[in-house]
Amino acid sequence: MMQEGLDDGPDFLSEEDRGPRAVNVDLEMDATLQVDISDALSERDKVKFTVHTKSTLPNFKQNEFSVVRQHEEFIWLHDSFVENEDYAGYIIPPAPPRPDFDASREKLQKLGEGEGSMTKEEFTKMKQELEAEYLAIFKKTVAMHEVFLCRVAAHPVLRKDLNFHVFLEYNQDLSVRGKNKKEKLEDFFKNVVKSADGVLVAGVKDVDDFFEHEKTFLLEYHNRVKDSSAKCDRMIRSHKNAADDMNRIASSLYTLGTQDSTDLCKFFLKVSELFEKTRKIEARVAADEDLKLADLLKYYLRESQAAKDLLYRRSRSLVDYENANKALDKARAKNRDVMQAENNQQLCCHKFEKISESAKQELIDFKTRRVAAFRKNLVELAELELKHAKGNLQLLQSCLGVLKGNT
Amino acid sequence: MTGLQKFWRKDENNHSSFSLNDVFVLQCDSCFFCFRGTFRPRHKHLQQRRAATYLLFLWSSARLLVPAEPRRYAAHLLGAGKSPQLSLAPLPQNYISCNVSIFWEELKLPYFIFLQLEEEEAKDSFDVDVAVTNPEKVGQFNYPTTSSLPLFKSKAFSVRRRFSDFLGLYEKLSAKQTLHGCIIPPPPEKSVVGMTKVKVGMDDPSSMEFVERRRAALERYLQRVVSHPSLLQDPDVREFLERDDLPRAVNTQTLSGAGFLKMINRASDAVNKMTIKMNESDTWFEDKLQEVEAEEQQLRKLHSVVDSLVNHRKELCGNTAIFAKSMAMLGNSEDNTALSRALSQLAEVEDKMEQLHQEQAASDFFILAELLADYIRLLGAVRGCLDQRMRAWQRWQEAQSTLQKKREAEAKLLWANKPDKLQQAKDEITEWETKVTQYERDFDRIGMTVRKEFLRFEKDKAKDFKIQIIKYLEAMMKSQQRFIKFWEAFLPEAKAIA
Repeated sequence: MMQEGLDDGPDFLSEEDRGPRAVNVDLEMDATLQVDISDALSERDKVKFTVHTKSTLPNFKQNEFSVVRQHEEFIWLHDSFVENEDYAGYIIPPAPPRPDFDASREKLQKLGEGEGSMTKEEFTKMKQELEAEYLAIFKKTVAMHEVFLCRVAAHPVLRKDLNFHVFLEYNQDLSVRGKNKKEKLEDFFKNVVKSADGVLVAGVKDVDDFFEHEKTFLLEYHNRVKDSSAKCDRMIRSHKNAADDMNRIASSLYTLGTQDSTDLCKFFLKVSELFEKTRKIEARVAADEDLKLADLLKYYLRESQAAKDLLYRRSRSLVDYENANKALDKARAKNRDVMQAENNQQLCCHKFEKISESAKQELIDFKTRRVAAFRKNLVELAELELKHAKGNLQLLQSCLGVLKGNT
Repeated sequence: MTGLQKFWRKDENNHSSFSLNDVFVLQCDSCFFCFRGTFRPRHKHLQQRRAATYLLFLWSSARLLVPAEPRRYAAHLLGAGKSPQLSLAPLPQNYISCNVSIFWEELKLPYFIFLQLEEEEAKDSFDVDVAVTNPEKVGQFNYPTTSSLPLFKSKAFSVRRRFSDFLGLYEKLSAKQTLHGCIIPPPPEKSVVGMTKVKVGMDDPSSMEFVERRRAALERYLQRVVSHPSLLQDPDVREFLERDDLPRAVNTQTLSGAGFLKMINRASDAVNKMTIKMNESDTWFEDKLQEVEAEEQQLRKLHSVVDSLVNHRKELCGNTAIFAKSMAMLGNSEDNTALSRALSQLAEVEDKMEQLHQEQAASDFFILAELLADYIRLLGAVRGCLDQRMRAWQRWQEAQSTLQKKREAEAKLLWANKPDKLQQAKDEITEWETKVTQYERDFDRIGMTVRKEFLRFEKDKAKDFKIQIIKYLEAMMKSQQRFIKFWEAFLPEAKAIA
């Protein structure tokens, strides 16, 4: 029932969210290819994103066009990048997380079940809260998907990818089915092999100082970001709980205040109003912290993982190169299949060098991007915290003025 | 009971350690009672006690025997000069029954010997600072009282009181006939868990909080007592405030005989309330009762929500601290120096926020939650005085029906013509007539007192709530101001990232 309510009116995105929305990433908007998610629709258990492209590139039929895409299609695009050998030397932008409305839906169900036991005001209030929460999650998931597309569009190599163009342009359903069980199992095994491999490869000390330093740095950084992200989430959740309690206090005070019309009751009503407003501000503070801090950390968790993957691929190719060398020596010693071994070795060498070169650039870019993103978000966080605190303060001051004046 | 202490052995630290390595044999009438064991005071507070009395209850076979002359034998064995005063009242009044029961296999005696331990409520040895908040008087554990009333002998004085003394005061005031109809402020509740933790000497923050909470509650309790005009005149209250050494309040322990009696009385009262239906001539009282009950319910609800807020804020506190540490670690591992510094600064800001949250939670609790708890208890007291009025009515009605019965008896006697019994009947009738008039007067008087009390209570309540809530909001305001300062300090650091 609530979803119907949200389905009408496609414009969930408030004014402040329009425009280049590079939430976590500092990118230069390149006129040759601009991608954004202009719209989104939430249906029963799917979210449909309207991907809008503006481009001056010749390979597109039009200059401006839109398509509707679902989450699975984004994942398909991401996976196609990962599986493409040519892109082994680049940090593949991390895939956006699946839109998760389960928690919200559960709460809605509970609300529906408990409808009889609450007063009408409480019920409407809780419903509004839930709707606001749903909206916030919705906005977040849209932002995440958009960031992914923008990163791809900004990358000098990835933006030329054919799959990407198809994704942007092809008007009909891409019929990308989600992975079936067999494929999911394959993926699982691949991941297991990869992580085992990763451990082995990580143990190999790199000759190149730059990469060695990066490796240690990234490993540590990734772990710490993971830690911070989890703890930030917990903190924000406590904050939301406290804000919820204030809501209940407000309604309790309101009931007390409406029992009579004495002086004290008017006092209670005023205080209840104050709590109501304060709670809204507190909830916004929690939401902003979530957006600026928690999301930032989560994004860099995923991105540092992608960077780690890049290093892994490079190490893998180094190991392959070394193996090829050994095989070549063996072949030369036995004087058999020398040509083949030589070719192989050349291939591996070439691959390794290519990856190393692009990886270096990518990692440097990663650093710059990271510093810029953190700067932007931390500044915005501080500014928002200040704004809300000042608002709160003003509220308290005016309320106290009224209350003291009356007594 | 101090005599018994004299012949305890004092160990090296001069603590009374009742070390029963000796066998104490007490002979009485038909049996020997032996016991052996060691008792060491479990914690330092016991060691500070003035006297602990050990009462020995001796059971033999199936009967409860109160030996007549055990003391002589005890003295004999312990070698003390004087005989200890062993008061063996059948139902001990002033101790908490302990847990020791020793069965003597070795001596092959089939007697169960119960050591009843009397524990004085340990005096709080925390030095509570004096706070004079009211130009009239305040009260705490060790508190000074300043008074400008001529009732008191001196202007400013202080006395030491134990928690049980406060409870005892309440008991005394509640029982007084003259104060019926008054709303007597109830003292804070006993808390076995909290008090035990404190006694055991744990120094964690929750026991500190408990002590502070209790101190503040007792202070508010006394302030309410002395702000009540009739209570202030009461001699018991004056004695409580003035007298240096108060006799032990003996009826306040839960497991004592008086405690049991109280519980039984309360139960019978509840039954009474259910059975009698008062013929209410004045709807004012009925309306008020309903109002009070509704308000109590609302306050309870509000209190539970405020409690939940306190808990969540404490949680937020903890989580913020953890996050701050994690952020600091992240800042350490970041290799861009400006960003690293900014992250460390952020960690510091979060640390300061944790402190703010902590203070906010304390404010939530000590100002709001306690206020609500106090008023929930006070509303209970209000209901109590309405009950008293009802009981007065009941007594009056009963007296009237007894009078009626006596008159009928007299009539019967007249008819049966028994002149000797007639005089007695007439006397009884006059007696009951006076009683009826007196009870009716009492009832009216209580009714008036209750009305007056209600008005006073409403006024005080309004004032109290307003003051406390304004205090709470001011605390919130201050914390927001500090909040702003912290973030303002952080902003340039964030902007400095390059």
